[in-house]
Amino acid sequence: MSRYFTEDHEWVDVEGDTGTVGISEFAQGQLGDIVFVDVPEAGKALTKGGDAAVVESVKAASDVYAPVSGTVTEGNPALADNPALVNEDAEGQGWFFKLTLSDPSELSSLMDETAYAAFVAKQ
Amino acid sequence: MRYLPLTDPDRQAMLSVVGASSIDDLFVDVPEAARLSGPIAGLPMHASEMAVERHMSALAARNTVAGQVPFFLGCGAYRHHVPASVDHIIQRGEFLTAYTPYQPEIAQGTLQVMFEFQTQVARLLGTDVANASMYDGSTACWEAIGMARRITKRAKAILSPGLHRHYVSVAKTMAKYTGDALDTAAPTLDDDFGIDSLIAKIDGETSCVVVQYPDILGRIADLSALAEACHANKALLVAVVTEPVALGAIRSPGEMDADIVVGEGQSLGVGLQFGGPYVGLFGCKDKYVRQMPGRLCGETVDAEGKRGFVLTLSTREQHIRREKATSNICTSSVLCALAMSAHMTLLGEAGLRRLADLNHLGAASAADRLAEVPGVELVNTSFFNEFTLKLAKEARPVVRALADRGILAGVSLGRLYPGEGALANGLVVAVTETTTEDDVEALAQALAEELA
Repeated sequence: MSRYFTEDHEWVDVEGDTGTVGISEFAQGQLGDIVFVDVPEAGKALTKGGDAAVVESVKAASDVYAPVSGTVTEGNPALADNPALVNEDAEGQGWFFKLTLSDPSELSSLMDETAYAAFVAKQ
Repeated sequence: MRYLPLTDPDRQAMLSVVGASSIDDLFVDVPEAARLSGPIAGLPMHASEMAVERHMSALAARNTVAGQVPFFLGCGAYRHHVPASVDHIIQRGEFLTAYTPYQPEIAQGTLQVMFEFQTQVARLLGTDVANASMYDGSTACWEAIGMARRITKRAKAILSPGLHRHYVSVAKTMAKYTGDALDTAAPTLDDDFGIDSLIAKIDGETSCVVVQYPDILGRIADLSALAEACHANKALLVAVVTEPVALGAIRSPGEMDADIVVGEGQSLGVGLQFGGPYVGLFGCKDKYVRQMPGRLCGETVDAEGKRGFVLTLSTREQHIRREKATSNICTSSVLCALAMSAHMTLLGEAGLRRLADLNHLGAASAADRLAEVPGVELVNTSFFNEFTLKLAKEARPVVRALADRGILAGVSLGRLYPGEGALANGLVVAVTETTTEDDVEALAQALAEELA
């Protein structure tokens, strides 16, 4: 399994043609207490860089973009009742949605963990 | 102090940017014939304040004033008694604002009133939650259609023939820009609310069915089966209440499982005031609260555990989410909402029920009396404080003739639905606690003479 990051602070874990998407530990720290997450429904077609989900904290409402193109297979049902999962475990239990990748070559434009750590250090 | 925001060089700089040589140049799109050149003819250049006041009073005296004649007009705006204390309360300096506060937490009193208002409205409409007001009933109705589109991700709304013509017009105007498809029709002059034909229209494309309750002719129906049919097709039921006093007597739409209930709050505390400003009511089921438009006030506790009030769920709103906001409603009718809340507080639940009883009793006896007039037929058997008569003649000229005799007889359907021949003889008559037996008798006798 490989993990990739975007400059908008999404992460995607890829296994075969399935990706799991969330926001980074850095992003959740910047947002503060998260009070609502709107995840996409299964079947929704996403385009790389397009709106995929919404995350609201006590400070702000932000859009979450699709790191890669594909079709949503599942939104994380646990976030409806417990959006704070994103604060507790942004890069694990607090995932937003899973999708089937339509173009795995898009991954090459994303950062790996080392590159993302360097990117965040400059923020 | 005069406020002079711009200097001549400022204006010149702006004009040169847009390529206009003068302010008048900005109006070249207005046809020349429609432009005013020079002063308005016949107006003196100067007059004293007293002279202007005298002149305007004389003009105003030519109106037939609602409070001074037998008055039976309704169809979405109702004459009710507003206790003098309502005006006193809303004119207190602490309250007198048309706006929801933008630095909300320092205005705890205003927020508390909004919170109380929401609580009252939610109980009245039978919804889990209500917001701190919309502009008026018609815009609240449109916002409900837009909200149903966001929730169902469908864009075809079925508007009941019994929905107020003006509400339909507002929806049509807005739908021009959003692309929503609206199924509309004029009502028929009979006793059928039309539940079955609405149910027959619902399909997998329907975002919502919008019904008015009581409807434009005053008819009332149980909405439960319609709600069930909507939900079976994953569509929403939107109910519109233009006469909230009715909900003191009849089951609220929320209790019959409507998903969104909107209304016009003018009846309670606001007065007719030439058609506005009024106050829109908006309530819905809890699960849809994040798709709700407008301001929402919440109750919380501060760091010391004391009760306090906040504007909440603001992330739905345009000042935070900008173009992705749930709606472009940017303020509300807080002063009118305050008046409505003050009136409801003075009435209490028992008082509202008694007020509703008075309205219905008066309407029922007026309907009986008017139906005795030769050439008059009562159209609907169930109603609250407003019912429809079918006259032996076209209603609009009859209403005109009665107005000339100092009786405002009601709203002719020919006025609301010009060109709909089948409705031309319809007259909608509203009776409230302000209507006396003498008023009804005067109308009955004048109608008898006009129809003879």
